[in-house]
Amino acid sequence: MAGLVALILISLAAIFADVIATETENHFDIASEGLPPLAERLDPIDDWRPWGQRHLLGTDDIGRDVFSRIVRGARISLRIGFSAVTISLIAGSILGLVAGYFRRWPDMLISRILDVMLAFPGILLAMTVVASLGPGLNNAMLALGVAGIPFYGRVVRGTTLAARDLTYVRAARAVGMSDVRIMLRHILPNVVSPVLIMATLGLGGAILASATLSFLGLGAESPAPEWGYELSKSRNLLRAYWWIATFNGFAIAITVLSINLLGDGLREALDPQASSWSD
Amino acid sequence: MGSYILRRGLYTIPVLFGVLLTVFVLMRLVPGDPIALFYATGGVGDSGATAGSGGEVSRAALERLRESYNLDKSVPHQFVLYVRDVFRADFGNSIQYRRPVTDIIKDHAPATIQLTVAGMAVALVIGFGAGIISAIRRHSMADYSAQVFAILGVSFPSFFLATILILIFAINLNWLPVISNGIGPQLLMPAITLGAAAAAILARLTRSSMLDVLSRDYIRTARAKGLIESKVIWIHALRNALIPVITVVGLEFGSLLGGAVAIEAVFFRQGLGMRLVEAIEARDYPVIQALVLLAAVVYAVVNLFVDILYTYVDPRVRLTDQTAR
Repeated sequence: MAGLVALILISLAAIFADVIATETENHFDIASEGLPPLAERLDPIDDWRPWGQRHLLGTDDIGRDVFSRIVRGARISLRIGFSAVTISLIAGSILGLVAGYFRRWPDMLISRILDVMLAFPGILLAMTVVASLGPGLNNAMLALGVAGIPFYGRVVRGTTLAARDLTYVRAARAVGMSDVRIMLRHILPNVVSPVLIMATLGLGGAILASATLSFLGLGAESPAPEWGYELSKSRNLLRAYWWIATFNGFAIAITVLSINLLGDGLREALDPQASSWSD
Repeated sequence: MGSYILRRGLYTIPVLFGVLLTVFVLMRLVPGDPIALFYATGGVGDSGATAGSGGEVSRAALERLRESYNLDKSVPHQFVLYVRDVFRADFGNSIQYRRPVTDIIKDHAPATIQLTVAGMAVALVIGFGAGIISAIRRHSMADYSAQVFAILGVSFPSFFLATILILIFAINLNWLPVISNGIGPQLLMPAITLGAAAAAILARLTRSSMLDVLSRDYIRTARAKGLIESKVIWIHALRNALIPVITVVGLEFGSLLGGAVAIEAVFFRQGLGMRLVEAIEARDYPVIQALVLLAAVVYAVVNLFVDILYTYVDPRVRLTDQTAR
């Protein structure tokens, strides 16, 4: 529950970033370089927001307001996360449904492809796809989407295999219902709850992975206020301006944490066999 | 059981071949040819193929370079040649360094191996330790701390954890160096940050598996016959509790291999991960191909080993397998 509330807050921050942020993301002012958190603005402005007169999280090395950039960064991370998971989810579900329902050669072919994709350790499949497409935010998103496909594909295939021999599915086949219709109307509903849990936990993973790619210089490019990229860039400023890297890091951690809490909650609610901490 | 392991081992060969093909195809999808791209992006090195005036690379020199990378041949032909070379352990030459990829691997593999092994050790010790303690001392402070650790461990990006540790232990306290190469105390922060996420996952699994086992009848029997609790836990429960965890250890090894890339970048560790990121930025495709393939091979071998171990500790696997497949 705490996870859900936090995620809603973060999403609201992303949606209303322009209202919350005190400055536009690339507004810079060399004079206010490296101001610590809570520092008052050097150029007092007329602002209705109670935090309008301060740099809540300090400023960076060219005087940009860290808070304003982090709030806008939420948009990037959530967008990448959701898009990547959507790509994996749709492609993985289609492959899994086809493999599990038709068995025989489609299953052989699809399962082998998924096995090959799973043979890439960790983030390396995404990195290889980025290597092919070239660095960039959208390419990173696509790469993470592709890299997630085998996980959904496997689960959906397994669930479909179990569901295809259920009595009502066989009955549907007996009355001459088309394969596509059977898959969508009678098998897909069985797949929803395991996949929903996976997608929620996968969202956290995708945000983490996209931050990692950006951190490595394979995702976001300057001047995008992407958290992982900001953290990477501000590492050599750690001694002087610790707050830039720290707050961007916390932004990633808190977002992923709230999604993971939500995913755990969903798993407990939807999967009676799930082992949890609260048992 | 022998036949199961043999089949399992043989199956990794087509899968790895698939990895080889995938990486090869992905590298060929790069628009334009890698040599031209490399030179177009200003990657001209300090020596060699520069001809003509003002550092411009001559057309003939580029053509020769293309030939040396087989790029003048058709793509299927290139693939056949590449596979042949791979079986000779020849991964070609790096475009940016102009030296054999195998030399680069030899030079930089130790840093990555040390890091990954140390990270795995951290993951196993902390993961099993925390999991076992929180299962035996259920609902204690230790258990709750382990729960918090387990959820934070999978939520904190490793490179952020590393940054915090650097800030505290390297910059403020000045106990450990920021840059890590080789082994010794300097490996401490990289190993902890690399292993933390896997430790969290293992702790969680170990705990639930241990709790499951502790509620079984044979544990009650062991207690009923008067066995002291430490024997019940260490001899009867632990072995059975760790069986389902073993597979995950193999899978987590994959995340460690991938995670090492970010950790090397944080600590400026001159390992293969650093080379991979550099190669991707420079589109040095012979290096990318070799490193990704190498990682997949290591990952496959580790998981094969884990599966063999699994059949040893769990006799049910080898007995039921005959009918299952």
